[in-house]
Amino acid sequence: MSRDDRAPLEPMALTNVRLIDPAAGAETKGGLLIRDGKIADLGPGLFASGVPEGVRGVDGGGACLGPGLVDIRVHACEPGEEHKETIDTAAQGALAGGVTTMVVLPDTDPVIDDAALVEFVQRRARQVKKANVHCYGAVTLGLEGKELCEFGMLSEAGAVAFTDGGKAVASAITMRRALSYARTFDALIVQHPLEPSLSMGAMNEGEIATRLGLPGIPVEAEAIMLERDMRLVELTGGRYHAAQISCAESVEIVRRAKKKGLRVTCDTAPPYFCLNETSVGDYRTFAKLMPPLRSEMDRRAIVEGLRDGTVDVICSDHWPQDQDSKRQPFIQALPGIVGLETLLPLSLELVHNRFLSLPALFQRLALAPAKLMKLPGGRLEKGAPADLVLFDPDRPRRIDVSSFRSKCKNSPFDERPVQGQVLATFVAGRALFADKEAPKALAA
Amino acid sequence: MTSPASAIKLRHLLGIEGLSPETISALLDVSETYIEQNRQLDKKQSSLRGRTIINLFFENSTRTRTSFELAGKRLGGDVINMQTSASSVKKGETLLDTAMTLNAMHPDLLVVRHPDSGAVQLLSEKVNCAVINGGDGSHEHPTQALLDALTIRRRRGKLQGLLVAICGDILHSRVARSNIHLLNTMGARVRVIGPPTLMPAEIDRLGVEVFHDMRKGLTDVDIVMMLRLQTERMHGSYVPSIPEYFRFFGLDNEKLSFAKPDALIMHPGPMNRGVEIDSEVADDIGRSLIHEQVEMGVAVRMACLEVLMSQRRNEPSGSLPAGGGA
Repeated sequence: MSRDDRAPLEPMALTNVRLIDPAAGAETKGGLLIRDGKIADLGPGLFASGVPEGVRGVDGGGACLGPGLVDIRVHACEPGEEHKETIDTAAQGALAGGVTTMVVLPDTDPVIDDAALVEFVQRRARQVKKANVHCYGAVTLGLEGKELCEFGMLSEAGAVAFTDGGKAVASAITMRRALSYARTFDALIVQHPLEPSLSMGAMNEGEIATRLGLPGIPVEAEAIMLERDMRLVELTGGRYHAAQISCAESVEIVRRAKKKGLRVTCDTAPPYFCLNETSVGDYRTFAKLMPPLRSEMDRRAIVEGLRDGTVDVICSDHWPQDQDSKRQPFIQALPGIVGLETLLPLSLELVHNRFLSLPALFQRLALAPAKLMKLPGGRLEKGAPADLVLFDPDRPRRIDVSSFRSKCKNSPFDERPVQGQVLATFVAGRALFADKEAPKALAA
Repeated sequence: MTSPASAIKLRHLLGIEGLSPETISALLDVSETYIEQNRQLDKKQSSLRGRTIINLFFENSTRTRTSFELAGKRLGGDVINMQTSASSVKKGETLLDTAMTLNAMHPDLLVVRHPDSGAVQLLSEKVNCAVINGGDGSHEHPTQALLDALTIRRRRGKLQGLLVAICGDILHSRVARSNIHLLNTMGARVRVIGPPTLMPAEIDRLGVEVFHDMRKGLTDVDIVMMLRLQTERMHGSYVPSIPEYFRFFGLDNEKLSFAKPDALIMHPGPMNRGVEIDSEVADDIGRSLIHEQVEMGVAVRMACLEVLMSQRRNEPSGSLPAGGGA
């Protein structure tokens, strides 16, 4: 096991913490030892007789210590839209949000559809030296939905999975070939399921859209594409992940597919379980998303899907939009919410409302996404990378978008009362983010 | 008098599927007799003197057509080449019109190549003469499989028990299908290697093992048969690009090292260097059978012409009922 260059030389002992272990599904009071950037040991009795000589001791003050979040859906806007966000600023936001690994989408300019661009992202990530950054490769060249990208060479360069970002792969034959060809490399195809010809609207189709005079996107736009894709998965034997499901029907479709034994997973983002279409209110463009916020019934179905495990992953879909993009008539505004720094506190609402335990939440936020993308993080076990988040799950506060490290502040969650505060974020054993409330020993 | 050729009872040669191992062996045996003759200064025979053979090619092919032309002429026959396009608008009509027109000219044998699977069989049902399938769509190319088998048999002494890997665009390949039928019938073991997008559905039901990992598929293989990848297939639809295809499915020395040390390489031609095969491998005299295949091709086609003609010796072309099957 070679030494991680980023790791501090001195081992660190985190004592007096609540260890959140998503793999074991357990929460234990104890300590954790970091050495050479990895978790060297952990458990309830650790450091019972004190911190050993030569090890830096940090008292966690009873806070929770979990694996750092693995966010598999981030628009880093670099290359192409560096005025909205860069890999650097996104990574800063990630650390403040307790996210230690992020996977960036390929719908940049130019599109990440070639090995050279994968290497660009990796180089930037190394320069930035913050959270771990990986990237997707595009499914089709230029995201045009026609010609397949070089899945093999992109995978070898480091692309973790393949997606056309916010665009659905609309042609059935193209999706069929993508799923089929991806099997050569056991690669994962990630689809944003929205039938384009039914998705020309601005918000969820229904009474509110009617009153506001806005064209709507029915849930069928998502359900039809998802259903079609389930049949293609069955036909090809491929691996598929549905991104950002927003409605009850989609949860049901995925549930049925899993029962059939198809290799299908899905994710959602906090807006889909915290908000519904009423958030659009008076044409609030900060609530404009794709897929759109849906009805209350849909929101509850997403929560239930998270509870019973049908929805495997929670990610942020961090989507910076500058003021020019949002200060428009609703129909012209671009969709998106910045989400890296609100991912954890909003997801903790599921714990506070007793839908999920803390370990189960970290399953969806860290372990499942890491496993899905075959990444090393997301777990609290000996030998795993010391990518950790120290947090207080109960501290009440209000979300303050002005404190976001992201270049953009497009979030409808400003002022929202939440419970949950990231105290410190460790990457390869080094505390790269420490809140003012963090243990003093980390400040050194 | 019964020559070995006339002992083989074949009215047409439309495909390998359905031929018995005895028939295949006999065809290869007859082919052997022509190899030495083709290497002499004086190559001509007269067994087909006075016979008319028409090469009716609805698809471009210089190599196969030339091979059939030489075969016919070396047996002393009169060979006519007709190159025509398969009109996409009135395909069936054009095909049968052409066939009936030719039929009225009393040819003894037609060699037909057509871009549509089944077209040659359709034609064979309407003409009075013998028909050899020179390749129909993605269906069969029997003389190619026979020449491949002859090449292998001469090098290895037998076909039975050999492990053969066919690599490339299996989906669109008539060469692959004919070879699969022949090799299985003769007791060889067949693997097909290629990306899932170029693999036909349920191909395993034809009695082959399917591999998408070329190194795994080539492990311990005796014969590596590379198929040509048509460039039209490559651009992003079935396969993303030439460099990607070559990296994962092109035959180079590194991948070849997984096969048996004395494994031999075959290719029906023409080769796309740097696409499905590395130049170094293709030009390796010790292992590449590509030129031998071409030589065997003429001998095999001479044998097929002789075999089919000998069935017609006692039946002038006008009296045979049209239709070779149900």
